[in-house]
Amino acid sequence: MIPAPFDYAAPTTVEEALTLLSEHGDDAKVLAGGQSLLPVLRMRLNAPELVVDISRIESLKGITDTGDAVRIGAATTYQEVLDSDLVREHLGLLHTAVEQIADPQIRHRGTVCGALAHADPAGDVGAPVLALDATMEVQSRGVVGPRQVSAADFFVDLFETAVGDGELLTAVTIPKHTGWGSHYEKFVRVSHQWAIIGIAAAVRAEGGVIAEARVGMTNMGAKPLRAPAVEQALAGQPATEEAISEICARAGEGTEPPSDLNGKADYRRHLAGVLTRRAVLAAAGA
Amino acid sequence: MTITEEPQTGNREVGRDRRRKEDQRLITGRTRWTDNMQLPGMLHLTMVRSPFAHARITNLDTTEAKAAPGVIAVLTGADVTDLQGSLPNAWPVTPEQKAPPHPAIAVDRVAFSGEIVAVVIARSAAAGRDAAELVDVDYEELDAVTDLKAAAADEVLAHPDLGTNESALWVFDSVEAGTGEDVEAAIRDADVLVEREFRQQRLIPSFMEPRSVVVDPTGEQFVLWSSTQVPHILRLMLALTLGVSESKIRVIAPDVGGGFGGKLQVTPEEVITFLAARHTGKPCKWNETRSESLLSAHHGRDQWQKLTLAARADGTVTGLKVHLTANMGAYLGLVTSGVPILGAFMFNAIYKFPAYRFECQNVFTNMTWTDAYRGAGRPEATFAIERMMDELATELGRDPLEVREQNWIKHEEFPFTTVAGLEYDSGNYEAATARAKELFGYAELRAEQARRRESGDRVQLGIGVSTFTEMCGLAPSRVLGALSYGAGGWEHASVRMLPSGKVEVITGSSAHGQGHETAWSQIVADELGVPFEDIEVLHGDTQISHKGLDTYGSRSLVVGGQAVIAASRKVVEKARPLAAHALEAHEDDLEFSAGRFTVKGAGEGQEGVALTDLALRVFAAHDLPDGTEPGLDADATYDPVNFSYPHGTHLCAMEIDTETGESTMRSYVCVDDVGHVVNPLIVDGQIHGGLVQGIAQALWEEAVYDDQGTLITGSFVDYTLPTSADTISFVTDRTVTPSTTNDLGAKGVGEAGTIASTPAVVNAVLDALRPLGVTDIVMPCTPERVWNAIQGAAHQPLTESAAPHFEESAPNQDTPETEGGTL
Ligand SMILES: Cc1cc2nc3c(=O)[nH]c(=O)nc-3n(C[C@H](O)[C@H](O)[C@H](O)COP(=O)(O)OP(=O)(O)OC[C@H]3O[C@@H](n4cnc5c(N)ncnc54)[C@H](O)[C@@H]3O)c2cc1C
Repeated sequence: MIPAPFDYAAPTTVEEALTLLSEHGDDAKVLAGGQSLLPVLRMRLNAPELVVDISRIESLKGITDTGDAVRIGAATTYQEVLDSDLVREHLGLLHTAVEQIADPQIRHRGTVCGALAHADPAGDVGAPVLALDATMEVQSRGVVGPRQVSAADFFVDLFETAVGDGELLTAVTIPKHTGWGSHYEKFVRVSHQWAIIGIAAAVRAEGGVIAEARVGMTNMGAKPLRAPAVEQALAGQPATEEAISEICARAGEGTEPPSDLNGKADYRRHLAGVLTRRAVLAAAGA
Repeated sequence: MTITEEPQTGNREVGRDRRRKEDQRLITGRTRWTDNMQLPGMLHLTMVRSPFAHARITNLDTTEAKAAPGVIAVLTGADVTDLQGSLPNAWPVTPEQKAPPHPAIAVDRVAFSGEIVAVVIARSAAAGRDAAELVDVDYEELDAVTDLKAAAADEVLAHPDLGTNESALWVFDSVEAGTGEDVEAAIRDADVLVEREFRQQRLIPSFMEPRSVVVDPTGEQFVLWSSTQVPHILRLMLALTLGVSESKIRVIAPDVGGGFGGKLQVTPEEVITFLAARHTGKPCKWNETRSESLLSAHHGRDQWQKLTLAARADGTVTGLKVHLTANMGAYLGLVTSGVPILGAFMFNAIYKFPAYRFECQNVFTNMTWTDAYRGAGRPEATFAIERMMDELATELGRDPLEVREQNWIKHEEFPFTTVAGLEYDSGNYEAATARAKELFGYAELRAEQARRRESGDRVQLGIGVSTFTEMCGLAPSRVLGALSYGAGGWEHASVRMLPSGKVEVITGSSAHGQGHETAWSQIVADELGVPFEDIEVLHGDTQISHKGLDTYGSRSLVVGGQAVIAASRKVVEKARPLAAHALEAHEDDLEFSAGRFTVKGAGEGQEGVALTDLALRVFAAHDLPDGTEPGLDADATYDPVNFSYPHGTHLCAMEIDTETGESTMRSYVCVDDVGHVVNPLIVDGQIHGGLVQGIAQALWEEAVYDDQGTLITGSFVDYTLPTSADTISFVTDRTVTPSTTNDLGAKGVGEAGTIASTPAVVNAVLDALRPLGVTDIVMPCTPERVWNAIQGAAHQPLTESAAPHFEESAPNQDTPETEGGTL
């Protein structure tokens, strides 16, 4: 598995990186953790002339408390997210989803922002980030300050996001959901697999009643999806199987999930209903 | 004999749970794998492979590739037509067997996607990989047949020149063989008839170390290192295929990282690396990528099985008829054609069927060729018959173990000649089953199952049974001759006594992870009375181990181990006259025990003489009896008198989530009878790994092609190989009914787990779902298939594509014509 030859640059500032990226246009590729880019290069599905490694840019590293939200820089690995008390306390849903990604080796290299930029519909971070109303910071060369793109607008299509050629995703900022219960239900045949489907549920329950709910879905379409009708219908319901079964069963309605070796679209829609119920109940602690 | 405990071991090495002496180097990688080889001036090969399943090569232009930096040569089929010969098939199963020529590099037509059309020889692997993209191949696509049943209908031909897809029809009939009655009569007179069709999906062996070859042409001999299971067979076959003197070829299988039958082959890549080294005069290396391995290393299984079982109303089986359609793929590899036929002798399994007929139609398709994969023929047979016994029990409304017991060979009836003509030497199905039921908690689980059924639990419980036997220890040479196999089934060993008292054991079986070095040391330690640590086991180099038939078919211990015993005993016999001379006694008055010769009746305190001391005396040769050869070393070649027949009872409990179709293993108990055990740890390891491979066939693995003949499951993203995270802790135990046909009383264990476990799991899944009206689920029993079965939907074959996980914006590789390089 040998990639085609390419040049490699490891800038130490965002400006330098943006300069390189804009000079090379779509002949350049950003390298974060490399857990998706390197397989692409090695299988020669892509052959950029220049690879711009952003892992040495200090300003992109780290997880910070911005008051109402938690900001995760682009050079932050999954493992750093898992080890972060801020994430554990305020972004339980992201935490439980990241725990289920691949294996420790990959989690020590891969980044949340790299995965968001890659936008694999079967990736596990898109749905939680979308469900938690995150905002992405996208930086272009020569522009002061990043564009703020809401998660709802960020995902465009299969492997396509609002990040254009020559741009960099610098961080994702996720509003705190302190005290919410969360659960990520990942459905796989073998443990190291990408999600056949995944359901991300966060619930704020008060005295056994669901006050608010957020539901995101992985691999139920070309991009991560949210189930707003289900979320609304759940609000005010007691957190019991009886009360929510029918609501959750509709989670897959109107979606166009893929048909592949792991399941046809109708099976995935069926699973979405079952697993949404399970995820919501688990998130509500029921 | 019913022994459920291990025999007393005392000081004996055999029976001890020794940690494997080879593991430190294997696990840490501080050893030499083929790809570690670096030779001066070594060149690197990159294969250019066809993206099409069936196509004519209309033009092949290597000009640009040859001009690329670092490229030494590019060879095409046309360049080597007269040199490459045809890859060997050692098993023409019938005199009429049809087979196309099998070139290492396709010359004018490709017959499966992944077939090699050119090889780039370059100074580095990277230069070769870059240049491979510059090899310009024009293809004219031909109709491809990539479905086994469609191929059997003979409409689209995999090889138009053959005029048919049918390679051979092989038949066994118990009337013709004189081993039993007429199956048609049994079917006519049956009270109960069970007719079923099962699918054995295509599997990929998935050894840990990818295949790798290095050929050094710079000495007097060609030295070939290969990650192979069969260095000896490879040497002979290379000589025959290429017309090179066998004495000019030395093959070395250094440490080899697994095979599972997948490296029981003479590969195009081995031939090509040899040709490339000869062409350039330089050492050449080829090392495959995992994608190349999945695509082009041989696959396994892939059959349709039609069975008719006739029984009386009381449950006594009166006959079995089997028709197999077996997918050869595009070519016949080393034993491709024989693999399904090995199953012929195992469909009757542990049962006393009076009438039996077996037919196997071997068929070509435009797919990667199939060949041996762990169990080779016997897992297919065992799956089918164990599924059928469950079906019969269901028809009769009886317990599946009870119906089996009614039909199996009773302990008192051994030795027993089966309807397939084999003589089973020993077995105790009653003991293994009783122990398994006890460990499993059979009655309690049945009760829980009833409760869950009663309450309509979302999670249903199923109990699966598999009471298997198998034939291994390949094989008595005369039997192989009768089956038209191209070689014998003996094994060779040498024992060398070094002057310092250390011992070298040379074995012709070629370990690739099994632990021969440990087990053989234990055996020799007992035979010669030397310490375990003082024994070195050498293998896998035709210059050191000049004679052998390698490792496959659970043969190493029961055939190769027996050769080691025979050679050891010859050493002792050679030493006896020298001991007599040293002790000034008569040979007949000597005893040999714990490494020493002593004089019988001379009392406790005598020292006698140690075998290791005699080794030094022989080295010095100062004082030997007149006419004695100064040497104790001995060789032995052992040809087994019979196969080895391990058996066991495997019980599996599966929980099925009826809402999602997900199945979870709750418990797995197996009680295997592999006779006497040399090393219980190694046996447990073989059983554990074997179980997982068999369970994987039931639940997870399947090689899927699309209609164009492209392998969709071309990486481990889609070929869902399980890991330890997907399995549970198995409960393993043993009964010991020694084999009567070798001195160890041992039976093969390498394939037992794989053979037994697949039907146990599928039977459990079905047992859980029968009350819901489910009668069959095609393997692997994926959650979707299980759910569909519950919904009553037809089982639709999967021809969906794999999910993409990587962007396929491929500026340098966007048309199939230029898509030639390694994957
Ligand atoms: C064996 C294996 C199993 C896996 N299993 C899972 C799984 O179960 N679940 C799951 O969700 N994922 C899985 N992944 C994918 C993994 O999560 C990747 O790490 C992740 O998709 C990419 O993150 P990265 O930092 O490695 O990005 P990279 O691979 O470096 O980059 C990915 C893509 O995003 C672009 N990019 C990266 N960072 C930026 C940025 N800041 N701005 C603009 N563009 C950028 C790159 O140019 C590239 O196109 C698996 C990967 C492997 C190899």
